Amino acid sequence: MGGYTYSELGAIFAMQGFAGISLFSVLLLMALGLAIIFGQMGVINMAHGEFMAVGAYTTYFISTITENYLPSLMPIYFFIAIAVSFLFAGLLGYLAEFSLIRHLYKRPLDTLLATWGLSLIMQQSFRSFFGAREVSPTLPDWLLGSYQPTEMIDIPINGMFVLGLTIIVTLVVFYLLFKSSWGLKVRATTQNRVMSGAVGINTQKVDRYTFALGCGIAGIAGAAFTTIASTGPTTGSLYIVDTFMVVVFGGAASLFGTIASAFSIAQAQSILEFFISGSMAKVYTLLALIIILMFKPEGLFASKVRR
Amino acid sequence: MKLKQHASKRTFMKNAACAVVLGLFTMASSQVTAEVNTTGLAVTDDTVTVGILHSLTGTMAISETGAQEAEKLAIKQINEMGGILGRKIKIIQEDGASDWPTFAEKSRKLLVKDKVAAVFGCWTSASRKAALPVFEKENGLLYYPTFYEGLEQSKNVIYTGQEATQQIIDGLNWVAKEKKAKTFYLIGSDYIWPRTSMKIARKHIENVLGGKVVGEEYKPLGNTQFGSVINKIRLKKPDVIYAAVVGGSNVAWFKQLKAAGITSKKQTLLTISVTEDEVLGIGGENLEGFYSIMKYFQSQDNPNNKAFVKAFKEMWGEDSVIGDVTQAAYLGPWLWKAAVEKAGSFDIDKVVAASEKGDIELTTAPEGYVKLHPNHHLWSKARVGRWNKDGQATVVYTSELIEPDPFPKGYQ
Repeated sequence: MGGYTYSELGAIFAMQGFAGISLFSVLLLMALGLAIIFGQMGVINMAHGEFMAVGAYTTYFISTITENYLPSLMPIYFFIAIAVSFLFAGLLGYLAEFSLIRHLYKRPLDTLLATWGLSLIMQQSFRSFFGAREVSPTLPDWLLGSYQPTEMIDIPINGMFVLGLTIIVTLVVFYLLFKSSWGLKVRATTQNRVMSGAVGINTQKVDRYTFALGCGIAGIAGAAFTTIASTGPTTGSLYIVDTFMVVVFGGAASLFGTIASAFSIAQAQSILEFFISGSMAKVYTLLALIIILMFKPEGLFASKVRR
Repeated sequence: MKLKQHASKRTFMKNAACAVVLGLFTMASSQVTAEVNTTGLAVTDDTVTVGILHSLTGTMAISETGAQEAEKLAIKQINEMGGILGRKIKIIQEDGASDWPTFAEKSRKLLVKDKVAAVFGCWTSASRKAALPVFEKENGLLYYPTFYEGLEQSKNVIYTGQEATQQIIDGLNWVAKEKKAKTFYLIGSDYIWPRTSMKIARKHIENVLGGKVVGEEYKPLGNTQFGSVINKIRLKKPDVIYAAVVGGSNVAWFKQLKAAGITSKKQTLLTISVTEDEVLGIGGENLEGFYSIMKYFQSQDNPNNKAFVKAFKEMWGEDSVIGDVTQAAYLGPWLWKAAVEKAGSFDIDKVVAASEKGDIELTTAPEGYVKLHPNHHLWSKARVGRWNKDGQATVVYTSELIEPDPFPKGYQ
C-alpha cells in the first residue's frame, strides 16, 4: 500500500470497520425474526423474506401518503413507518399462523412447502398492488449523506441508523424472551410442549404470538432496508438465503448463536471483499461456512434443548 | 406518425397506393394472401399475427414492462394507419417469466404453433442466447431491443439497441476528452453483459486512450452491500467510476455511494446501465450530476420524441417514464413494417433480405434518425445525459451517427 499516508490508511481502516459492522447489523436484523420462529417453534418460514417486503412496502406506502398529504411530518414519518410495518407484518403473520401454519405443526416438511407457497402468493400480490417496478420511499433528509468526524472519514448515516435500530430490536427481543412472563411461556413450550400445556400454558396462543413477533421483526427489517436498497416484488427472495445462512450457522435454537454468526459472516465477507473481488469473497465465505458446518453440524452454538 | 423509405420510395408508394385503392373496394384483396405469405405464417386476408415475448413476472419484469408497452404502442399506431400490406396486426403475448429456458420454450410455441410473422422480445442477453437457437432452427424473426455486448449477428435477429462500440467506446472517449480522465475504476454485476462490456472498456482505456484501470470489480446479481467496494474506490481515487451495475443492486449502489459522501461534486461517474426506468427506483437525488451513456433520453428535444412521449403517456399513464430500451423496443414494429412493405411479403427470408439491403431508415424515430445496417444493427448516435434531481437527464453530448460494428477488431 505504497503512497498512502498513515492518516489515509487509518481513515480507510475506520470506514472499512464500519462497513463490516453495518453488514453485521443488516444480517442480524434479517435473521432475528427467523431465528425466533425457527428456534422457538421449529417452523422453517420460507416466506420470511416476503414479510420483510411487507415492511418495506408499508414504509413506501406511508412515505407516499406523508409526502402528498402531510409534508410537515416528513422528518419523522420514518419512525411511524417502522411501527406500522411491525404491526402490519405482525398482523399478517398472526393470520398466516392462524389459517395455515397451525394445521401443519407436526409436519415440518409441509410447513416448508406451505410457507414457500405463501411467499409466491405474497410476491404476486405485491406485483398486483404495487406493480413490477422497484420502488423507493422518499427518505427524510437527515437519513441521507454521511457523518464526517474528520476530513477523510465518511460514515454513512443510514448505516448508523440501521445499526441503532438493530441494537434496540435485539435488546427488546432479549427482554421479551428472558425477562417477561410471556418469554417464560415461550421457553417452556419450546422445552416441553405437552408439559407446558399440562401446567396451564395456552401453547397455541404462545405459538401464534411468537410467529407474529417473528414476522413483525421481519417487517421492521424491511422498513430499515428501504434506506439501503429498493423494494420490488421479489426483493424478499434476495434476502432469504443470507438469512438462513446466518440462522443455520449460528445454531438453530440460540439467539446468541445468531448474533455470533451474523458477526463472523459479516466480518469475513467485508474483509475478504476489500482484498479480493466481490463474487470471490462470497465464494470463500460460503466455503468456510460449509467446512465449519461439516465439523459442527449443530452450528456455532449447539442447541441444548431436549426434544 | 409517418415513416419514410428512401431508396425504394417509388415501389413503396406504388404498393401503398395499391393498398389504399384496393382497400377501398374490398379489405380482403389488398394483396392476395397466397402471394404475401408463401410459408404458412399466421397471415389472413385482413390480419397478420405477431408475438411479444417479455418477462411480465419475475425479477426482470421491472425492466421489460416498458419494452412491451412501447411495442404495443407502435403496433396500435401502425394499425391506426391501416396496418401492414392492408392487414391489421394481431398480438399474441407470452410471458418469459425472467427464466431463460422459458424464453426458448415460448419462442418455439410462438413460431411453431402460432406461426407468428415476427416476434418482438427478449431483454437480457441470457434470454436472447436461450431463444436464439429456436429462432434459427424454426426460421423466425426476432426484434431485440436492448443495448448489449455485441459479438453476435444472426440472420434471424434484428438488433434495435446499440452494440458495445456504439455505447462503451464512445462514452469512454467523451469522458477522457471532457473530464481529462486518466484512471478508471470498473464495477459491474457479475454476468455476461457487464463482464464483456468491461473487457472492451479495459482494452479501449489501455490501448487507445493510454489510461489506466485501477480496479475492476464484479458483484453478484442482487447484491445490496457496497461498503467495502466504496472504500476501495476511495483508496484508489480514480478519475472516473465506470459502472455497469444492474437491477435492484443499482439502487443500493447509488444510495450507498451518496451515503458514503461520494457525490458528483467530488467524483465523476459514468454508467452504461442506468436509464430513466432505473432512476425511478434509485431516486434522482441519489444520482444527481452523474452521467449515463445511452442513445436515447426521454428529455430529448425534438418533435418526434415529443409526439412519442405524449402518445406513450396517453396509453400507459401520466407517470410512466421512457428509458433507452423502451424507445429501442418502439422502433422494432416500425422497422418490421418498413421491411415487410419493401419486400412486399411477410415471408421471413424476403423480409430479412429487404432488411439487409441497408437502406431502411426511420426519420421519425424518437431518438432522431436511425438506419438499418446490413449487419442487422442500427446506425445510431450516442448521447451522454447528466442526471437531474427530478429523474430526467440533460443531454450534454451527442455523437455523430455511429456505424454498428458487432465484431470490433482488437477488442476480443
